Amino acid sequence: MTAAGTENQSRPDLRALFLGFSSVGLSGFGGVLPFARRMLVEEKRWMTPDEFNTQLGLCQFLPGPNVINLAVVVGKRYQGALGAIVAPVGLLAAPLAIVLLLALLYDAYGSLPLAQGMLRGIAAVGCGLLFAMAWRMGAAIRDKRYFLPFTVMVVAAIAWLRWPMPAVMLAGLAASGMVAYWRLGKK
Amino acid sequence: MIALQLFLEFTLLSFVAFGGATALLPEMHRVVVENHHWLNDTTFTHLYAIAQAAPGPNVLVVTLIGWEIAGLAGALAATLAMCLPMSVLIYLLIDRWEGFSGKRWQRAISLGVAPLAVGLVFSGATLIARSAGLGWAAWALVAVTVVANLRTKLHPLWFIAVGAALGLLGLV
Repeated sequence: MTAAGTENQSRPDLRALFLGFSSVGLSGFGGVLPFARRMLVEEKRWMTPDEFNTQLGLCQFLPGPNVINLAVVVGKRYQGALGAIVAPVGLLAAPLAIVLLLALLYDAYGSLPLAQGMLRGIAAVGCGLLFAMAWRMGAAIRDKRYFLPFTVMVVAAIAWLRWPMPAVMLAGLAASGMVAYWRLGKK
Repeated sequence: MIALQLFLEFTLLSFVAFGGATALLPEMHRVVVENHHWLNDTTFTHLYAIAQAAPGPNVLVVTLIGWEIAGLAGALAATLAMCLPMSVLIYLLIDRWEGFSGKRWQRAISLGVAPLAVGLVFSGATLIARSAGLGWAAWALVAVTVVANLRTKLHPLWFIAVGAALGLLGLV
């Protein structure tokens, strides 16, 4: 996998991995995946667009934060096990420090009416952004007639009935996976 | 020890986090607020708001929840629990990915997960709305945000700045 690079740029060391992913972690708000692509494919050229798409496939196939998974993959590819640790740590270290600093501020001043008002306003906007994201994700689904009923069922089970998510997801995935398997066979 | 309990609860959740930490909001609320009473509705909503306004991957809302429940140990335990299991799995599987990528069962799972993830994100939105106890002005702001976000290419930070300003002025 780690073919000898012809130039410096194509085979990052641990330091480069850490710094590269740190810059990705700090550049995005509410999702940094597009920035990861820009860094990996366009700026540093550690991956070709095709390689990026293939490797991202597994990162998106498995549950969990996609961009962390991607950092593990890129780190492993260039620096083995150590790289697979350093890259995600680089991605998380700086944003984690910032978020903990905000948490300290929240603990100190969060009970002030001004802070409460501000957070309420941000929460309302955040709620709107989530509805918009759900709409966009829903619009991207093909074969809506067969698949959107599963969306409705998940909303009923999770938001309304408050059933535990692991059970809902396992049952839901079994059912909608079977429908998907059948639909794939039709084409 | 709460940090350990948090670690175990969130490890279990990481296995069903299709759609990332955002999709987990309803379940984290159920575990942390409803089952264990570690946080109340208001704090949970505030932590979500802080995570929205901070740079970095979406997973950091988990860090904040861990911090409020059990300090630094809680923050690290929650974050590790969310990231570690799948990181290990992907480390082991990536070299075999080409072998099963594109197979019918693999595509069926990917296709099948998508509508479920939509339901999770939608549920997360209703949950934040409910636990924030939005008034009519805040609902109007939600509606404007949805439409503006779908119709324009404005950066989300602009929406967050507007929300913060309206909140500071006591208008929502």
